[in-house]
Amino acid sequence: MNSVILVSIIMTLVAASTPILLAALGELVVEKSGVLNLGVEGMMLTGAVAGFAVAFSTGSVALGLVASVIAGIATAMIFAVLTLSLTANQVATGLALTIFGVGASSLIGAGFVGRTIDRLGPLFPEVLASHPWLRALFGHDIIVYLSLALVLGVSVFLRRTRAGLILRAVGENDASAHAIGYPVIGIRYAAIAFGGALAGLGGAYFSLALTPMWADRLTAGRGWIALALVVFSAWKPGRLLLGAYLFGAVMTFELQAKAAGITWLAPEVLAMAPYLATILVLTMMSLGRKTGRLDAPACLGKPFSVS
Amino acid sequence: MSSIITRRTLVAGAAAASTLPLLGRSAFAQAPLGVGFIYVGPVGDHGWSWTHDQGRKALEKQYGDKIKTSFIENVAEGPDAARALRQLAQAGNQLIFATSFGFMNPTIQVAKQFPKLKFEHATGYQRAENVATYNARFYEGRAVIGTIAGHMSKSGQAGYIASFPIPEVVMGINAFTLAARKVNPNFKTKVIWASTWYDPAKEADAAKALIDQGADVITQHTDSPAALQAAEQRGVFAFGQASDMSAFAPKAHLSAIVDDWSGYYIKRVKDVMDGSWKSGDVWGGIKDGFVKLAPFNAAVTPAARAAAEEVQKGIVAGTLHPFTGELKDQKGVLRLKSGETASDEMLSKMDWYVEGVQA
Repeated sequence: MNSVILVSIIMTLVAASTPILLAALGELVVEKSGVLNLGVEGMMLTGAVAGFAVAFSTGSVALGLVASVIAGIATAMIFAVLTLSLTANQVATGLALTIFGVGASSLIGAGFVGRTIDRLGPLFPEVLASHPWLRALFGHDIIVYLSLALVLGVSVFLRRTRAGLILRAVGENDASAHAIGYPVIGIRYAAIAFGGALAGLGGAYFSLALTPMWADRLTAGRGWIALALVVFSAWKPGRLLLGAYLFGAVMTFELQAKAAGITWLAPEVLAMAPYLATILVLTMMSLGRKTGRLDAPACLGKPFSVS
Repeated sequence: MSSIITRRTLVAGAAAASTLPLLGRSAFAQAPLGVGFIYVGPVGDHGWSWTHDQGRKALEKQYGDKIKTSFIENVAEGPDAARALRQLAQAGNQLIFATSFGFMNPTIQVAKQFPKLKFEHATGYQRAENVATYNARFYEGRAVIGTIAGHMSKSGQAGYIASFPIPEVVMGINAFTLAARKVNPNFKTKVIWASTWYDPAKEADAAKALIDQGADVITQHTDSPAALQAAEQRGVFAFGQASDMSAFAPKAHLSAIVDDWSGYYIKRVKDVMDGSWKSGDVWGGIKDGFVKLAPFNAAVTPAARAAAEEVQKGIVAGTLHPFTGELKDQKGVLRLKSGETASDEMLSKMDWYVEGVQA
């Protein structure tokens, strides 16, 4: 295998992993605060359609990215109001949010089907990425570098800052955090907004960078993979990065193997590979542990109300 | 008139009726013929359902006030389809088109409940007194683009993004490869099974993988234009699927197999109007106007263009069948004797690959 192909595979791998990484990182913070938002796919879709609509109408991909963040937050706020202020069931509301996102994005996007825009280009000038190996380092767009910075940022935030400690406290024991005087609901609102912003941005990565167009259900289920990755990572940003790239790698190698003519493996088996890998790692992680908790925040999914 | 503007039409109609009472009843004697459609996807999918909706629009253009069309989109295959069909039947439609394979059983079921109505099911094989089936010979279009691919590919390798190994897809792969190998006997078609009809990001990644592995022409049997965008980005050629997708890849898009149902729909509505409608099975190709080729890109060389047009002419004239013997499959089994052409039954059950396919 020559280096040109290898670098090309790396580029594809990174691009395929980035939207999942973004959405999963947002959800990780949400879950760390004790909230389970299953509406990731829905928020990704509204982000994707808003990003495309604005980028197409204004001609600016940057404005599209901003719009996708706003749309993601707006969608997440529906979930926040229902589950935090009205203490609705989080699982049911999250699922409903996904269904809502599919429908709403389809409605908004109806007028943009069949249109295309110039995709989000590499961040660094062409000169830096002239050599194949340099391209693997400097040939990506801004969202890729942003997602990596965010992983570092979230990791530092959760483990090294006071605000991160409070967020984790809210997720581990909401009643105690409330008793000490922390605004549990307010902190969870903020976490859900952050999750919505990153899911929206992840969705826009499809409509602005990967496949610069709008079509119904553009994200094709990546939001669910992001949710699984959070569990896979045991709520640790570093491991989330690893998981997202591993998943992207398996997806990319699956296609490369088929293109390279490895036909003795049934296509269905190859299509299962990413999911099999997920199950395998999850099993291995829980092997060697006495509790089956996998380090989930203790208050995950439990409604909280001040009474 | 479409059902989307029903309310407005209703108001307009009421106004007209109230201002024109003197015209008498004769003006209203001929009620418009109701024609209903159910689609599996959104009309905005720019693919399969969109092409059927183009057919519906052609009906409106052709017959104007004599008909009234309506459609229900995003109908899930299965029980939901029965409900949608029943709804159209009860709304007074006399001819109903069910435009996806998975609508087969619901269509048969609902047709039994409404024996006076006529039903048409696309791509199915179950028929009844009042249920006809229709399909298009897309493999004829594949033979034309295969010819172009054979001429345009420098590496002699095409990448084919396929959905599922069902006969419809397998016959397309074979027709494409056979045509390309007539031009370049060493031509190879590398197939990636995406195991989905629709996943834009995966389709794009599949295209990239195929290009990495040496393919310089990409074609697909999945629904989104994402593979074309990937081809455009990497500077190789590609073909559109179901509709002209050149807007997504102005340089890469050499041509596209375009589905055109309008001719069939116009004919069947006429049959209902003059009472000659009969159940049957129609499998139309390029000759019948079911399958068309999108305008060729300027990049298509004169030689490729001439060869493609010749294949197209041959198919229309009936002198060329994409599957003509002597034809052996990959395992060396003789499938067609010299001079023999594939029967429709053979095509609809095809589960073997010709030489040159890497699947």
